[in-house]
Amino acid sequence: MIPSAVPPKFKVEIDREKCMLCGRCVEECSWGVYRKERDRIVIYSNRCGACQRCVVMCPRNAITVRENTTCWRSHPLWTAEVREDIINQSKTGRVLLSATGNAMDYPIYFDRIVLDACQVTNPPIDPLREPMELRTYIGKKPKKLEFEFVEEEVDGKKIKKAKLKTKIAPNLKLETPIMIAHMSYGALSLNAHLAMAKAVKECGTYMGSGEGGLHRALYPYADHIITQVASGRFGVDVDYLNRGAAIEIKIGQGAKPGIGGHLPGEKVTAEVSMTRMIPEGTDAISPAPHHDIYSIEDLAQLVRSLKEATRWKKPVFVKIAAVHNVAAIANGIATSDADAVVIDGFRGGTGAAPKVFRDHVGIPLEMAIAAVDERLREEGVRNEISIIASGGIRSSADVFKAIALGADAVYIGTAALIALGCRVCGRCYTGQCAWGIATQKPELVERLDVEEGARRVANLIKAWTLELKELLGAAGINAIESLRGNRDRLRGVGLNEVELKALGIKHAGF
Amino acid sequence: MENEEVVVIDAKDMNYRELNEKIHEVLNKNPRVKKIILKNVLGQRYIGNGIRKKDLTIEIYGVPGGDLGMFMSGPTIIVYGNTEHAPGNTMDDGKIIIHGSGGDVTGHSMRGGKIFVRDDVGYRSGIHMKEYKDKFPVLVIGGRAKDFLGEYMAGGMILVLNIDREGRDLGKIRGRMIGTGIHGGSIYIRGEVDEYQLGVAADIKEFTEEDREKIKGYIEEFCNYFNLNERVKEKLINSKYTKIAPVSKRPFGKLYTPDLR
Ligand code: SF4
Ligand code: SF4
Repeated sequence: MIPSAVPPKFKVEIDREKCMLCGRCVEECSWGVYRKERDRIVIYSNRCGACQRCVVMCPRNAITVRENTTCWRSHPLWTAEVREDIINQSKTGRVLLSATGNAMDYPIYFDRIVLDACQVTNPPIDPLREPMELRTYIGKKPKKLEFEFVEEEVDGKKIKKAKLKTKIAPNLKLETPIMIAHMSYGALSLNAHLAMAKAVKECGTYMGSGEGGLHRALYPYADHIITQVASGRFGVDVDYLNRGAAIEIKIGQGAKPGIGGHLPGEKVTAEVSMTRMIPEGTDAISPAPHHDIYSIEDLAQLVRSLKEATRWKKPVFVKIAAVHNVAAIANGIATSDADAVVIDGFRGGTGAAPKVFRDHVGIPLEMAIAAVDERLREEGVRNEISIIASGGIRSSADVFKAIALGADAVYIGTAALIALGCRVCGRCYTGQCAWGIATQKPELVERLDVEEGARRVANLIKAWTLELKELLGAAGINAIESLRGNRDRLRGVGLNEVELKALGIKHAGF
Repeated sequence: MENEEVVVIDAKDMNYRELNEKIHEVLNKNPRVKKIILKNVLGQRYIGNGIRKKDLTIEIYGVPGGDLGMFMSGPTIIVYGNTEHAPGNTMDDGKIIIHGSGGDVTGHSMRGGKIFVRDDVGYRSGIHMKEYKDKFPVLVIGGRAKDFLGEYMAGGMILVLNIDREGRDLGKIRGRMIGTGIHGGSIYIRGEVDEYQLGVAADIKEFTEEDREKIKGYIEEFCNYFNLNERVKEKLINSKYTKIAPVSKRPFGKLYTPDLR
């Protein structure tokens, strides 16, 4: 037994009656839970993170993983988790590292908001038979359109034709308001990236490259990829910027607002090093700030610099974590020539973040969207900039609510990974992902079938798209445009007045 | 301006977009152009941004604005004046020669190419410079650098010569937090540097004859650009340098404990 300071979290059991000693679990478990000993499979439950790889792969369905019931003397304040963390940190003296998103019991406002539907006074629409417009354009919209009239001769007759005089800024055209969030190659495997790239191309939408550059295998999908520029500037050069469909400056991330990131050296393999353009095996460190940005004016300088580098042909997004002053910050961003602001709520996922940040820093996405939309309207600049919401979007209902609260589109991250096979076991930072998603180990990466993964992710986006159409139809709306910021179609259930005010919605019954 | 090898643009009263558009117009219409001379430059940003043409020289008279030569990959920019912040930001290849001082974060995230600054540079210069294979960024500073020089440095070389315009010694450098967070590359500073002037993760290493060979070429290049005589050149080559390099290429390897039980 490898000694563990605290009882194992999970208990792994093999039904010895069913087990045929094939050894599959030993092979499949990348965490080393199983070892074969002559006529027996030995289990080290303390290594298990409940990723379910073995459970799914066992040909005899012989494996059960459950929460370990060894109990701690219960205490409302000194929970088992609190005690375990203290034991761990007193042993190591280090910062607790975690993955996934905020795991604290804060209210999930999406689940306290209900939607509207038409009854009698205004007919619902059946989207299966009638046109339903989900197409979304991300980018600046002109305040007004100006036309000039030119005379042309058609069949000997002189007619006046209206021509658009206003210059339209480049926009991204989305067939559905669902995009895939920035998750870097390095944190994720190449197969995961490839599968998602194929899916977004098929669905007419986009994915983020993350901050790790763009692997050459993704070049064929580059017109559906938003390239990211983060404080580490990994893999960033003119070609990278010009290759993608848009550029996103990452200022912050919902899972860890205010801090940078470290991709540990062991994940910087030859391929990752080539894509990031740094030597193999070194830590890839993204500083907390962009050191060329200390103010909104500096941000504007970077936005314009990226536009200059792409001759003003690519939209530039700015991603921030949802923090207390998110509305004022977003308003500043709107004045910087940026085309979209990405708001990443405190439930945003991550492959690695200090637990104290993941669980305690940032504000709920729902409130951040409402506050930003409201402020941009007040300032009269809502048309200048699109809002992309991300961080903990789990279903088409969340997408619908996010848009009704004021977003133009959403990014999904964890949901797309679950479609690829992720079981949210929360151990991405170990680089051992048994599903081939958050790992660089070739023997694990090859477990993820690119074609099948692409199909699953595309299926998910399509299913949600269909549900969005149904929900819109039921609300008597035939274009997603009419839902944006349409908070009158939302009602709160069980929320207090302050919460309702922050969300800008009425309570059910009103 | 078609088919000329040298094109002159008067930047007086021009907005940055207009000026940069003009430069791109020249490049598009006139592939033979070898030199673009910009006169009366006053704060226009992003000059040379993202330009790839290797055999192009841009001469700037005046003070260019921030992000000079950002993402640039090939050309040479010569500035007769000071520069604003972040010249050579995320630069890929090429050269920037500044006959004056560079602002804060000179050479920010530089990935290749060379920057020569005759006088001083501001805070956090050479921050997060990084190398990959044949891409090796070099920042040569004639005078002095403010604090946080080479912060987060991940590769390449920073060389501080510590002289004034005439080549006279400036005395012991005063910067602090040098190389803080450094995990690749090296910083050479002419003269003594005390331990307390270093940031975390930086270490003073022995300056060897091999190191001298490494920096020699850049010193010669520097003297050449700024017209320093043989005597100064010899002095610079044969001086004592302090070499600052990372303690490890994994400065934060021991920072975290997994939330696994
Ligand atoms: S995979 Fe299932 S049947 Fe095979 S050894 Fe493991 S528990 Fe037994
Ligand atoms: S990506 Fe892999 S390691 Fe990360 S949570 Fe999902 S299954 Fe676990």
